[in-house]
Amino acid sequence: MQHSVWAGFFSHLQRDFRLLARHKLELLNPLVFFVLAVSLIPLGLGPEKKVLAALAPGIVWIMALLASLLSLENLFRSDYEDGSLEQMLISPQPLYFVVLAKLLVHWCATGLPLTLMSPLLGLLMSLPETGYLPLMASLLLGTLSMTLIGGIGAALTLSARRSGLLLSLIVVPLYIPLLIFGASAVQTAIDFSQYQMQLAVLGAMAALGLLAAPFAIMGALKISQE
Amino acid sequence: MSDLLLELDHLACERDDRLLFSQLSARFYAGDLVQILGPNGAGKTSLLRIIAGLTPASAGDIRYKGQSLSSSRWQFAQDSLYLGHLAGIKKSLTPEENLQWFIAQQAVQSDIASALKQVGLRGYEHTPCDQLSAGQFRRVALARLNLSAASIWILDEPFTAIDKSGVAMLEVLLAQHQAKGGMILLTSHQDLALSGIKRINLEDFTSVHETA
Repeated sequence: MQHSVWAGFFSHLQRDFRLLARHKLELLNPLVFFVLAVSLIPLGLGPEKKVLAALAPGIVWIMALLASLLSLENLFRSDYEDGSLEQMLISPQPLYFVVLAKLLVHWCATGLPLTLMSPLLGLLMSLPETGYLPLMASLLLGTLSMTLIGGIGAALTLSARRSGLLLSLIVVPLYIPLLIFGASAVQTAIDFSQYQMQLAVLGAMAALGLLAAPFAIMGALKISQE
Repeated sequence: MSDLLLELDHLACERDDRLLFSQLSARFYAGDLVQILGPNGAGKTSLLRIIAGLTPASAGDIRYKGQSLSSSRWQFAQDSLYLGHLAGIKKSLTPEENLQWFIAQQAVQSDIASALKQVGLRGYEHTPCDQLSAGQFRRVALARLNLSAASIWILDEPFTAIDKSGVAMLEVLLAQHQAKGGMILLTSHQDLALSGIKRINLEDFTSVHETA
């Protein structure tokens, strides 16, 4: 049985990566938003380095958050609409791994590129040198939690017809701790060159989310069928 | 020969405070082909979804080989195949890729190429499903029947959108499955000319009175 659980998990990964490869524009959407939104800030505020540097950690983090929010609605939507979700729910595969695979692919498509893109945006925002590594590290862990928390919201709002607003209202309050610790990790790294505590908290949130969020999502997906 | 596969025990279904059917009891044996009848909105799809395990029943119990479904969910999932209104096929993937995914879920190894050939989709293995016609699209979903080792088939309107030869092909498939000791539960608005078909009319289980 062990073998087929992994086979099911990998076939899910494969399928979702394939789907991703055929919908490249969807993949670009949050990234383009992220880059555009951040690059507008220096234009609006003026190129004063001091001002930009002071705002940089917060701005980059907020924009990453909004970009991640943009990508959430489609997480389970297409599976819900074409009946794949029904098949997942009644298949003998453990649903936990199915959900985990979907979340993993979603993170690879949004969180990971956002993280990789962030140094460029740090540059635009004149982020001080000591801030780059903490920015990437905090976003790496933070975006993972965003996907996990956002997945719960996306699953809960599946059966609502216009779910965008509802989704934001559910998910944004849960993102707040991430934003606080994430932005503060970068800020304290710049000010005191210490950010281990914030990173540890972000890591703990991601670990907890990885463990618990799929169960919440499984419950929500089952409700969506009623 | 006729083993008891599935047993419905006083099943009831309520949708939006409307009682669709109640006190529905039935026994299905290996080799049974059962057509669920009833006008639109009678709860045919709801009944199939309840049996497939997608939605809970308002009352009553379903037993699979004598065991309540709540305790044999996994065994039942392995032994059943549900084909709903929605095909569960990804439009941007090819038929072959869709079926590969299906096979990995079911843990049965079968030959996708021959399954597609049997439903008349030979040569379309690598065509993305959104370029197929509605009938061909439906056939991709039907190809699952050739791949699955499940003995309980739950088919919601399997004859929609497919042409005459498709209907004939499906009827042969159903008969073969029956002969192998499988069980089929389906809804259809067509008059089926299959031998040994049993019918359950949901109108017989509609109570005129409101629920207490």
